[in-house]
Amino acid sequence: MNMPNAGTRGPAPANPGVIAAGVDPDNPLRDPRDRRIPRVAGPCVMVMFGVTGDLARKKLMPALYDLANRGLLPPGFSLVGFARRDWEDEDFAQITYESVKEYARTPFRDTVWQQLQEGVRFVPGEFTDDAAFDQLAATVRQLDAERGTGGNYAFYLSIPPKFFPTVVQQLKRSGLSDPGPEDADGHTPWRRVVIEKPFGRDLETAKELNDIVDAVFPAHSVFRIDHYLGKETVQNILALRFANTLYEPIWNRSYVDHVQITMSEDIGIGGRAGYYDGIGAARDVIQNHLLQLLALTAMEEPVSFDADSLRQEKEKVLSAVRLPADLALGTARGQYAAGWQGGRQVAGYLEEEGIPADSRTETYAAVRLSVDTRRWAGVPFYLRTGKRLTRRMTEIALIFQRAPHLPFAATDTKELGKNALVIRVQPDEGVTVRFGSKVPGSAMEVRDVNMDFAYGESFTESSPEAYERLILDVLIGDPPLFPRQEEVELSWRILDPIEQFWAENTKPDQYASGGAGPASADAMMARDGRAWRRLLSPGGTTPRTPRLRARWQKPPIISGAQGNQGLRGKRTGK
Amino acid sequence: MTIDLTDTTTGAIDQALTEARRRLGGMTLGMVLTLIIVTDEAAQYDAIRAANQAAREHPCRVLAVITRKPKADSRLDAEIRVGEASPGETIVLRMYGPLGQHADSVVAPLLVPDVPVVTWWPDEAPEIPAKHPLGALAQRRVTDSAASESPREVLAALAAGYQPGDTDFAWTRATPWRSLLAATLDQPHPAVTAGELAAEQDNPTADLIAAWLSLRLEVPASRTVSGGPGITEAEFTTMDGDIRITRYDGRTATLAWPGRTDRRVALHRRDTAELLAEELRRLDPDEVYAETLRHIDVSPPAELAAASEPATDEQFVSEPAAEFGE
Repeated sequence: MNMPNAGTRGPAPANPGVIAAGVDPDNPLRDPRDRRIPRVAGPCVMVMFGVTGDLARKKLMPALYDLANRGLLPPGFSLVGFARRDWEDEDFAQITYESVKEYARTPFRDTVWQQLQEGVRFVPGEFTDDAAFDQLAATVRQLDAERGTGGNYAFYLSIPPKFFPTVVQQLKRSGLSDPGPEDADGHTPWRRVVIEKPFGRDLETAKELNDIVDAVFPAHSVFRIDHYLGKETVQNILALRFANTLYEPIWNRSYVDHVQITMSEDIGIGGRAGYYDGIGAARDVIQNHLLQLLALTAMEEPVSFDADSLRQEKEKVLSAVRLPADLALGTARGQYAAGWQGGRQVAGYLEEEGIPADSRTETYAAVRLSVDTRRWAGVPFYLRTGKRLTRRMTEIALIFQRAPHLPFAATDTKELGKNALVIRVQPDEGVTVRFGSKVPGSAMEVRDVNMDFAYGESFTESSPEAYERLILDVLIGDPPLFPRQEEVELSWRILDPIEQFWAENTKPDQYASGGAGPASADAMMARDGRAWRRLLSPGGTTPRTPRLRARWQKPPIISGAQGNQGLRGKRTGK
Repeated sequence: MTIDLTDTTTGAIDQALTEARRRLGGMTLGMVLTLIIVTDEAAQYDAIRAANQAAREHPCRVLAVITRKPKADSRLDAEIRVGEASPGETIVLRMYGPLGQHADSVVAPLLVPDVPVVTWWPDEAPEIPAKHPLGALAQRRVTDSAASESPREVLAALAAGYQPGDTDFAWTRATPWRSLLAATLDQPHPAVTAGELAAEQDNPTADLIAAWLSLRLEVPASRTVSGGPGITEAEFTTMDGDIRITRYDGRTATLAWPGRTDRRVALHRRDTAELLAEELRRLDPDEVYAETLRHIDVSPPAELAAASEPATDEQFVSEPAAEFGE
């Protein structure tokens, strides 16, 4: 019952953040009113470093295939892999083929693969090897000649930051970073470089890292990927806030009591011990993802959705973020201890392989921030993230103030909580509004109910992966969804004092795996007379009230009905 | 579950739906539109199947309207399918006798409140879709000129009766080709002096693309006849030689550019479900289609009709529109 070809669909719905950035504004065949023709990347080569890594295999290569399958890659698009492997083009193509087969979102089609495969090249070598980079330069120039890629190159640095200086210098030395002169028609080829988090481990290292890249590539050609910003729901924050009249009037201190931004994971550190220890939850998640979510939630309306206006507003709000006066009371951190998670017995952080027994790295972090603007004065923003918690969930919850007066008997509203608006980022993307409703019956009794909007119900069967969207934006050269260096530095300015305080003063508390985090985090909320939203059910603060609607994804319960495959997320029925 | 109601009323259908929804535990309140399919007994199976597949992307209530035995007494039979193959609800409405002339009176009470209505004629298109009683209920009216015996005449009729919100599958089928042609001209290229499109004799999609090219590029675009399947060749004539896209197997196209290696691009012919899903994605009037359709109208279809024998040399050229002429 799969739709045999979700592949050729046009741009995903609800792309509020972007005004179609034409690849060639002079192309008479493109018309902004012509919404059927998708934004297609212009001719180019993507050069990928770190092709053997997990990210490349599980996300990047499948995303490229999915883009090709949806008809969004230009004819002649080419992919060059660079790694320390003794491979030929065919070996790399085989690796790509396998990762596409296993991880691509859209159905596998041989013709699409053939198209992609014709442009796959591999260059073996060390990052320090001049000859290998000369070889790389020769390869991409040959692609320009053979496949009409027009001298446009995107360099995807899917490698640890310690290699950045070498690779960036090599790109410069081999002439690859130089776009060259204008051609006769006034076209200058482009160079773009894509980097992934971590963008340093504090303000100082973030600046160093930026200097390295900045020395070779101009700021506008550096694309920092925060894959959260590629998610439909995150972009939908902009639509929700700025396309509606319903929410803006209450989106401020007069109505909002506080905001909770949560990213919880049910897994431990897995095989990332080497990376994770010494970094910790705050640097790994709060510095980038959660502060970006905070910025989008709290920022003022940008005058337009172009990159500059959007980033300016985000920067303004990030620069207005203030830390709690007493960091001991306004932050909490923890380390997962052994316990049971999801029905399985799991080891504690200190027992994980590769983690020193006296590690003080936190796997859970919670902070209470305030935003010193007229809109948000006095409204705390609670950010928390942790590993090995009850379930995997990312959400932004605006908790509203209680009604100033309730003309009911106290017993009638006993079960009435605060109203809430919850943007569910993952899984089960959507928006929940929580409000009081009369329980049917002769007595007046008011109880909390949820009103849900779920993406899977109203829009597509599977929305594009964040990486698809972001890679396409890189190739098109459309920057609004990529944080710029100023945002990175502002985020570190917020986090650095907290990290310093933690390093000097506290040891992370132990918390049981499979729970909701350390008691100190609960105590931090309790001191403010508030409580964390429970991590139990999607969008629920209390056990779910009777559903106002059901999901059609649920297997039908009536006999004789055909099996209905799960439609959200990864497809299995290829 | 399937519920059969014979000799029934819309009130009874509505009640049966509510009841079914309650028994299934509150299904399908997330429907985003109502899709009316105007079809007949022979074609309904394929049409409903395609609609159910498209409903995975656009959960909807499907109302299939089938008129039968116009001479019989008026009667309404309904077949309700919920919680089955599709995420929405499907109601097959069979109308006998004079009732068939008043299908809108049956359909109107069954529209999902507050959401858009789309009417789709998978087979013969009405002369003026917007004037059809079931078309008048909808803000988007989808026809398929290629399904008729003489697509070109149908297209001409649709052009004459065009109302904002009309669209035709012949245009939907053009999207992948148009995307590829647009992407081709995204690259720095020599000035295009003419266009050419080769396809089967009866291929309204090719006619539309030729019209679109001549309209947008302000150059003559000719349309030649080939053995198919579908569109086989598109060509830009430039100073430096021809840029040519060929597709002889209906699956993979080859882009030939003077002085460069040929490149292959996947270019599938799509099935009905995909076409329908594309149509349902945007429900506002398609202005580019309207302009193209108007433009196709200025070229006399008769010329090609005269050359209807399988031949490869005859051409008809759609000239640039008068306002774009020299």
